[in-house]
Amino acid sequence: MAARVEACTPCHGDKGQGTSDVYFPRLAGKPAGYLYNQLLAFRSGRRKYPPMNYLLEFLTDPYLQAMADYFANEHPPLPQPTLSDVNPEILAHGEALVTHGDASGSIPACISCHGPALTGMEPGIPGLLGLRANYVSAQLGAWRYGTRTAKSPDCMQNVAGRLTEADVTAIAAWLATRPAPVNPSPVPKGAYALPFGCGSQPD
Amino acid sequence: MGVKLPTAVMALLTLATSAGAQERRDDIVARGEYLARAGDCIACHTAPEGRIFAGGRAMPTPFGTLYTSNITPDPDTGIGKWTADDFYKTMHSGRFPDGGLIYPAMPFASYTKVTRADSDAIFAYLKSIPAVNQKDRPHELRFPYDNRQLILGWRTLYFREGEYKPDPTKSAEWNRGAYLVEGLGHCGMCHSPINALGGTSQSDAFKGGLIPMQNWYAPSLTSNREAGLGEWSLKDITDLLQIGISMRGVVYGPMAEVVHNSLQYLNDEDSKAMAVYLKGIAGPQPPAPSSALPSSESSLLVSLGKTVYDARCASCHGAQGEGKPPHWPPLANNQSIEMESAVNPIRMVLNGGYPPGTAGNPKPYGMPPFAGLLSDNEVAAVVSYIRTAWGNRGAPVSAREANELRAAPLN
Repeated sequence: MAARVEACTPCHGDKGQGTSDVYFPRLAGKPAGYLYNQLLAFRSGRRKYPPMNYLLEFLTDPYLQAMADYFANEHPPLPQPTLSDVNPEILAHGEALVTHGDASGSIPACISCHGPALTGMEPGIPGLLGLRANYVSAQLGAWRYGTRTAKSPDCMQNVAGRLTEADVTAIAAWLATRPAPVNPSPVPKGAYALPFGCGSQPD
Repeated sequence: MGVKLPTAVMALLTLATSAGAQERRDDIVARGEYLARAGDCIACHTAPEGRIFAGGRAMPTPFGTLYTSNITPDPDTGIGKWTADDFYKTMHSGRFPDGGLIYPAMPFASYTKVTRADSDAIFAYLKSIPAVNQKDRPHELRFPYDNRQLILGWRTLYFREGEYKPDPTKSAEWNRGAYLVEGLGHCGMCHSPINALGGTSQSDAFKGGLIPMQNWYAPSLTSNREAGLGEWSLKDITDLLQIGISMRGVVYGPMAEVVHNSLQYLNDEDSKAMAVYLKGIAGPQPPAPSSALPSSESSLLVSLGKTVYDARCASCHGAQGEGKPPHWPPLANNQSIEMESAVNPIRMVLNGGYPPGTAGNPKPYGMPPFAGLLSDNEVAAVVSYIRTAWGNRGAPVSAREANELRAAPLN
């Protein structure tokens, strides 16, 4: 399988660990269901990034599943967290949103779906560690503006729609400073109850 | 004679006839589905994430964007009220049942060659699929192309109505191949040069051309210096068409779509017939002009190209460009590398690509995109190298050509 996914490696690294380009995400160790959903979305054009759309256009479902399984089962070490040059107040705002949500309760904490250790949940919720701030911020921006969408109910679009640009910056910056957890694997399905329905994580 | 059959026998006969008619009808629908595959109707008439044949797919053209039509049997928004006559006339004449002119993005100049029996089978199949109530989206064409009367001019210049006429001097197999390639397969839509009016003259059929809006070069099928198959074995041709890979080369880009959605479903007889015909139309042609002697600039480029090639490409394509066919195509003596247009090799280096997933090659190996790893100069260098090394007779390319194709559309 490694030879079959060689086309992925210039951008995502030979084990899916990511590369020096901050906009190309780590794939390794993410839940296979999440990776498969992304591959399907890139193939259909729902998720728009022309180089990905082009590569996947004529590949079959079982093959995309095999690719997702391959990267889900790779476990290269998480990168060292980055020392952030963002000011501490902003980082504190990010930490508060990720771990508690906002004061009014309209924004749920990231950890309520992505897990207490931010490692995600099988099969469809991705971990948020090991990603660079630029990538997280670009994706949250895409959710906010509706250029990235997922199956209904599209929980990420609902949540991101309530974030301000300053919230996005703070969340992305704080996440990138987090050290690798002892066990970076996503937790099993149903390990905790989700606060709302999610099209990508059916009951 | 007035012999009366006993009622019981009559009843049995009636049963047998209706069962036979039903079976025959199933056969016709199945044949229609097969022929709809051969015509690759799905590629245009189904939108991404859309219902099959409900249309609505955007088709960018140099004249604006066309949206494909709903060809499901829905009576209000599809072809539910059409008769087999209506369907045949539309395919054959490029006019809607009410006489309205169809834009020639619909390949009716090819479909006009389809026989009445095959048209009826496709129609029977389309009547059998689930109806989808979805209104066609209006086209978005720029002035003056939004005036359908202009199509009359196009038709006068480029449209010859008429079913395929077998060539009695050729075999039945050759004629079957010609019927598929020139008719349902509508290969000429890409593999013939398109002029500024969006047309192809008869004398240029299958001579290759740059596909408008996609910026891939569809090579000539009549020249062995391009995609002419005169020197290929029938097995390599049918492998390429049915599986997408072969010992001689692999399909990528728009041709991957054709293999994925259409050609992989053709049976062995029809694939072979197409191969026989395609091999037959690739006539002798003048030898390749010896490429201009490398200037000092291009010899520097080629020398840098070898460095890039050895570092990045040789592990899969071999030190001598021999490849590891069928999954890693050979680059030495590979027509698509050497041909005059360097668009495809440059784009393969920039964008990489996967051959199509097919029944015969369900998990294809892909080529990595190098757009982010190589500079324009390095792309030009490595393409110049593979076009001129190992006896290849292509010409070097410039960094500017490489740079321009970075902006080529990817989907």
